[in-house]
Amino acid sequence: MAGAAVQRRLTWRVAEVAELVDETPRVRSVLMHVPDWPGHLAGQHVDVRLTADDGYQTQRSYSIASPPEAVDRLALTVERIEDGEVSPFLTEELRVGDRIELRGPIGGYFVWDVADGGPLMLVAGGSGVCPLMAMLRHRAARASSVPARLLYSSRSSADAIYGKELERLGGEGVGVVQTLTRMRPDGWAGYRRRIDRSMLQEVVWPPADRPLVYVCGPTPLVESVAEALVELGHDAARIKTERFGPTGG
Amino acid sequence: MSFVTRGFKGRRRDEAHADRLPPGQYLVRDFPVLSAGPTPHTAPAAWTFSITGELDEPKRWTWNDFRALPSETITRDIHCVTKWSKLDTIWEGVSVDTLLDGVDSAADYVMAFCDGGYTTNLPLDDVTGGKAWIAFGYDGQPLEPEHGGPARLLVPHLYFWKSAKWVRGLQLMKDDAPGFWETYGYHMYGDPWQEQRYSGD
Amino acid sequence: MSDGSLMLDGNAAAGVLQEVFVSDATTARGACASCGTIGEVGSQRLYMAPQSPGLVLRCHGCEGVLLVLVRRPGHVRLGLQGFTWLEIAQPDAPA
Repeated sequence: MAGAAVQRRLTWRVAEVAELVDETPRVRSVLMHVPDWPGHLAGQHVDVRLTADDGYQTQRSYSIASPPEAVDRLALTVERIEDGEVSPFLTEELRVGDRIELRGPIGGYFVWDVADGGPLMLVAGGSGVCPLMAMLRHRAARASSVPARLLYSSRSSADAIYGKELERLGGEGVGVVQTLTRMRPDGWAGYRRRIDRSMLQEVVWPPADRPLVYVCGPTPLVESVAEALVELGHDAARIKTERFGPTGG
Repeated sequence: MSFVTRGFKGRRRDEAHADRLPPGQYLVRDFPVLSAGPTPHTAPAAWTFSITGELDEPKRWTWNDFRALPSETITRDIHCVTKWSKLDTIWEGVSVDTLLDGVDSAADYVMAFCDGGYTTNLPLDDVTGGKAWIAFGYDGQPLEPEHGGPARLLVPHLYFWKSAKWVRGLQLMKDDAPGFWETYGYHMYGDPWQEQRYSGD
Repeated sequence: MSDGSLMLDGNAAAGVLQEVFVSDATTARGACASCGTIGEVGSQRLYMAPQSPGLVLRCHGCEGVLLVLVRRPGHVRLGLQGFTWLEIAQPDAPA
C-alpha cells in the first residue's frame, strides 16, 4: 500500500471543492473531493495548477493536511501570502463547488507512517505545521500509541493553525508545546521566543531515544533547528527537513 | 479547450510599456533573485578578473586595478528567460571594450567563467562595441552578492542568464561551446526579441 | 533575502522528477561523483523554478552538481553526470 502511493505516473486530476474552513485570519483549509484518489502517505504534497482564461498557467505545491484515512476529503491548508499570486486566490476567491486541477500524491521522502515507529518528534514553524498535522491525524486515526511530540512556533495564538485540534490531541497524549514569538495571551506561561538549541534540548527526546524528527517551515527556521539537533547529538539520518522557501505565494 | 480555473486571474500582466517588452515577457518592479547554487562570497582582496584562452598573454586585474579603470553608469532594460523583465535598471561598470583593449586574438567567442563554477558562452561581437560591461554597482550601490557581487557580466541585449553573476573572467575561444544552461538545452545565443529561450527556437 | 531561502530540499522536486522517472525519485539514493557522499535525493540541496531557470540538485556534502533538469516545450533534458550511480526502488518490477 505504501509502495502503491509512490509508484504511480502522475496525472492531472480535477478536484471539486467540498468545504472551506477558515483556520486563522490568514489561513484557510480547502477540503476537496478527488475522484479516483489513489491514497497517500502523511507528509506528501500535491501540485495545484491554475489556468487563467487567456491560457496563462501557474503551479504551486501544497502539503496534504488530511491523513490517508480521510478517504473522501483531501485537505490542503493554505496561508495567504501578501502580494502572492496563488494563495490570495485559494484563500479568498475559491468557492465550494469550484473545480481545480491537481496532481499527486507526490514525494516519498518526507513521510511518516505508524509502521515507522517513533518516538515521533515534529518541529514546525508557521504553516510548516500542515504536513506534520497529517502525520498526527494519521496517528490518531490509527489509534497508535507511538509517542509523539510537536514543537510549534507561531507569531501569536491567533496565528497558530489547528489550535483547538492541537489542544484535543494534547489531551489525548500528544506532547504539544507551543512557542509564541510576537504576541502572547494574558497569563501565557509557555515559550515566547524563536526555537533555539536550549528549547530543543528541553523539548526533544534525548538522542539516546533515537527519535524520528520531521522539521518543516520557513527555511531559516528549518536550517537552524536541523543544525541545533545535530549539535545536540541527534543522528542526522533520523532528521528529515522540508524547507518551504519562497514559492511565489 | 483546456481546463480553465474559474475566477483565477494570475499575476497582473502589466500592459504599460508593452512596446518595450519582448514577446512572452511580463513586467516586474522588484528584482527577482535566481540562482542554481549557493551564493559565493569573494572578498575584494581575493578577487581577480582574467582574460584567458586564445590570446598571446593572459591579462589579469586585481580588484584595485579593476576599480581604477574608467567606468560608466548606464541604464538598460533587462529580460530574464523565466519571463520577467525589468525596465530602466541602473548599473555602474567597466566596459568589456576597456578590458579587451589591445587584446589581439583570433577568437570569435567567449566563455564567461565565475565563482561557483557557472559559465555562459557569447559571441565576441556581443560583448564588444559598447554592448557589455563588468558591473560592480546596481542602483547606486555596490552590487550585492545575491545579485552577482562583487561583479557580474552585464549583457542587457540578451536574456539575462548570459549576464553571468560572480564573473571572474572571459576565456576567448575560436569556436562556440555551450556554457552551463546552454549544455542543458537553453539557446546558444539568447535574443529575447526573437524569443530564443531554448535550443531549436 | 537570506541565501538559504533560494534553496529547497530535494523532496520539493518530487513532482518534476516523477514526470521523468515515473517512480518517486525522492527516495532514490545516489553517490556524488565529486565527493562520494551517498544520500537520498529528497535530502539533497535543490534549486528550482521560480528561483532558477532549471532544476539543479546539489550534494549536501560538497555542493557539487548532482543533476540538472531543464524543461522546454516537448522535451526534458537531464544532466546526470553528477551521480556516479542513482538507485531507484522498484518493488513491483519483475525479478
